[in-house]
Amino acid sequence: MNDRLRTAVFLVGAAALGLLLAWGFSGLAPFGNYPGPYGDVLVQIAPNERQIQNVVTAINFDYRGFDTLGEEFILFASVAGALVLLREGIEEEDRPHTEGLPDRHLPPRSEAVRAWGLALLVTIFVFGVYMVLHGQLSPGGGFQGGVILATVPLHLFLSGGYRVFRPLTPEALIEVAEAAGAGAYVVVGLGGMLAGIAFLQNVLPLGETGSLVSGGTIMVINVAVGLEVSAGFVLLLSAFLRQLLRLRRSGHAA
Amino acid sequence: MSWLPYLVAAWLLLVGLYGIATSRNMIHLVVCLSVVQSSTYVLLLCVGYRAGAGAPVFSDVPPGTPSVDPIVQALTLTDIVVGATVTALLLAIAVQVHKRTGSLDPRRTRPMQG
Amino acid sequence: MPVLAPLPVVVPLLIAALLSGGGAIVPRRLADSVAIGTAVFATGVCAALLVQASLSPAPLVYWFGNWPPRGGVAIGIAFVIDPLGAGLATLVAGLTSAALVFTWRYFDAVGTLFHALLLVFLAAMIGFCLSGDLFNLFVFFELMGAVAYALTGYKIEETGPLQGALNFAVLNSAGAFLALTGTAMIYGRTGALNLAQIGRALEARPFDALVVLSFVLISTGFLVKGALVPFHFWLADAHAVAPTPVCVLFSGVMVELGVYGTARVYWTVFDGALGPHAASVRGVLLGIGVLTAVLGGLMCWLQRHLKRLLAFSTVSHAGVFLIGVSLLNPTGLAGSAIYILGHGLVKGALFMGAGVLLHRFSTVDELELHGRGAKLPFAWVIWGADGLGLVGLPPFGTAIGKALIESAADSTWVMAVLLLSSVLTGGAVLRVFGRVFLGWGDAAPRQPGGGRESTGAEEPESHAPPGRTPWVMTVPPLVLLGLALATGLLPALVSHSLGAAVEFHNHAGYLAAVLGGQAPAPAAPTVRTSLADAAGSGIIATLLALALALVSLRGGGSLQRVAAWLQPPQQVLHRLHSGYVGDYVIWLVLGTAAFAALLSGTIFLLPA
Repeated sequence: MNDRLRTAVFLVGAAALGLLLAWGFSGLAPFGNYPGPYGDVLVQIAPNERQIQNVVTAINFDYRGFDTLGEEFILFASVAGALVLLREGIEEEDRPHTEGLPDRHLPPRSEAVRAWGLALLVTIFVFGVYMVLHGQLSPGGGFQGGVILATVPLHLFLSGGYRVFRPLTPEALIEVAEAAGAGAYVVVGLGGMLAGIAFLQNVLPLGETGSLVSGGTIMVINVAVGLEVSAGFVLLLSAFLRQLLRLRRSGHAA
Repeated sequence: MSWLPYLVAAWLLLVGLYGIATSRNMIHLVVCLSVVQSSTYVLLLCVGYRAGAGAPVFSDVPPGTPSVDPIVQALTLTDIVVGATVTALLLAIAVQVHKRTGSLDPRRTRPMQG
Repeated sequence: MPVLAPLPVVVPLLIAALLSGGGAIVPRRLADSVAIGTAVFATGVCAALLVQASLSPAPLVYWFGNWPPRGGVAIGIAFVIDPLGAGLATLVAGLTSAALVFTWRYFDAVGTLFHALLLVFLAAMIGFCLSGDLFNLFVFFELMGAVAYALTGYKIEETGPLQGALNFAVLNSAGAFLALTGTAMIYGRTGALNLAQIGRALEARPFDALVVLSFVLISTGFLVKGALVPFHFWLADAHAVAPTPVCVLFSGVMVELGVYGTARVYWTVFDGALGPHAASVRGVLLGIGVLTAVLGGLMCWLQRHLKRLLAFSTVSHAGVFLIGVSLLNPTGLAGSAIYILGHGLVKGALFMGAGVLLHRFSTVDELELHGRGAKLPFAWVIWGADGLGLVGLPPFGTAIGKALIESAADSTWVMAVLLLSSVLTGGAVLRVFGRVFLGWGDAAPRQPGGGRESTGAEEPESHAPPGRTPWVMTVPPLVLLGLALATGLLPALVSHSLGAAVEFHNHAGYLAAVLGGQAPAPAAPTVRTSLADAAGSGIIATLLALALALVSLRGGGSLQRVAAWLQPPQQVLHRLHSGYVGDYVIWLVLGTAAFAALLSGTIFLLPA
């Protein structure tokens, strides 16, 4: 099949699929008229029953917490999978990692980048922790805050270079942190099973709406997810950065 | 104009699939897959929108004020995580393929034929 | 509530997290034992759930977080356990245990990550079998996928596995996003994600294009996983390059979950709304199944790479599973269930047999292995007996399953298609047996242009010494073979499967169990087949397959002329399976559009 035939065949199929999709979508309610009961029921009962203000967090970690457990493990499995795929091949020896090709001179980082990097590091870290902890009070939560926290080592790399990044992100420790975050979610769920009847039942005291300690197990799961997400993304970053440096060393275009 | 958001979702889906079908570069292919995925975000969020309602967060408004559907927002959150992770895996594959063959063209390196 | 319900999912997840976190300090044998122990534990719990579900007249329902429905609206996520789902989960866990035994002491390039990933895969598949929530199905689908993509590309030293993983990942993800589009559409109509509740909401008003389109989209996502034509191209690419224990799971259970997902979603969600038009649904799905069975069988016969051959035979059998499901009656579904059980065990053993050959001879090319298998006694038994099992010789479970499907279809051309599929796939395996173990046939490629086909030279998968075959590689396939024979001999198998299928089809009963209410118990169907019928058709198929294998190996001159005449269509088939993911996506779009057009056309344009 040459290219033009391929594209033509695809366009015919896509046009047909597009028409059928449009026909199907025409059965949906017009934009802005959400009809269904599920969301409305939860919006009514969640703030009172769980003493939290962010209903989306309540859904994620309590009502549909089992989905989020699966999602957390998707992240866990993908990080493990990426580590499997990016591992050192048999022919790659373990040489000390350096930046830059031997015959190229890398310009030194400017002082402005270094200064801003350091200043932003602390700010981003605090902001990330704030996002994780306030998941039940305002938009945010473990996933969002975890991703923000994961950019902290990235700023380390950008401002200080690989030589600063590497020793400050010990892989063994971060792997343990990631596993702990993932395992903690399951343990909290099992705790619900032991104390009450069902897995992931919310068994901790619920606290007061609007305070930092509220929502019971939602809060604990939130922190566990934040830990797991940030550790997972740092591991991904490390693995990809290692590959980048291997490519540079072996002379391939980066 | 009330059908426009759904048309956008359908367009993103088809354009992303077109990109994958005619791609010459693996990184481009992976990003097209994430375009396909963003069509699902758009569709989910549009389905749950309620005109004139606010966010389902009741920190500054009392519970009971009209709000949009929180379920689709939770679903989209999950979907984003799923998409990011699949993208990471595919990019890892692309990096390794480039290292072995020096090329990112999915047509030049094939697993097997026949 | 069945208290044990979440355990087979969450315990493997927890152990996987522990194994990965403690990977540096946990010694290899301890990790192996813990992983095998967890899989065996999951098998035991699933078997207990199966017994509990069989004894209960209605499906067992488990609400996570203790959130039962409020005012008829389901607000939490439920596991709904009926005998078919629990039975499939038990098969999943059992095959995973066997696969983990196969990896004992080997596959240590990544420490404990391999085991952690396999345990997560186990948890995802069991969760998919037991779940009663549409988005929860999607989450477990994606979790299965993430692990599968990574494990397919495990052998990173060659580009083949990486490309195979890429094709697999792109196609399955695209299918999953189509399914999610369908889910969003049906959520927009009904405002529910629980399968039973969507079903109830759809019954309330007459259906329209949206319902049909969302059924098509959700089914397409699952049919991509199930490797039905024209979404099947990724399977052979992935199977040819994935490590052996992973292939065992892919062919043995992962593909079957695609067919299961379609059936589950149809019977719980869409049966009420689309019920009057069951003939259209039946026709379109039957067409897909027939096409897959025939094309898979043909492609299987044309392969010389053993794992790719087995992969295409899985495609063909997936078509047969869909045929059984698409007949929309309990006998057909029971037949598919028994067939899945028998096929999973036999195919798992065959892949392990291929793994043994790969381990000893560093190749899985049929022609290169000519005659070399003669000195491996266990491999003899595995390939020979499993070849017969694949064809459907009684008393293997496959024979009984096929007989039930044939009796449910009650049509000669469906019977012909089933016969063709068994003869081609079983004949191919028997041909391999003849060539590799008996030394018959040619060692060099006969066909001109044979270079276009894939050869089977591969890197060894593990670091065991190749001189001898370790017992961990021979015992699991023999155990699986024994189980395949034993399950076929179980006297109560047919009646229990029929009862389970009737409960699966009981749409009203499912809704009542989950959301409350009463439903009348349906009558059990009478089975119009007997063990003698099963024996008859199975023996005919076996004889034909043996004849085919014999003719192809010993054919000689007349065969040359036939082969030359068949060359052009063969080339077309080979070129269609190009290995390029762009082509696969084009087929995905064409297939989805055709499926949607055919189904909507027959529903809306033809009289009910």
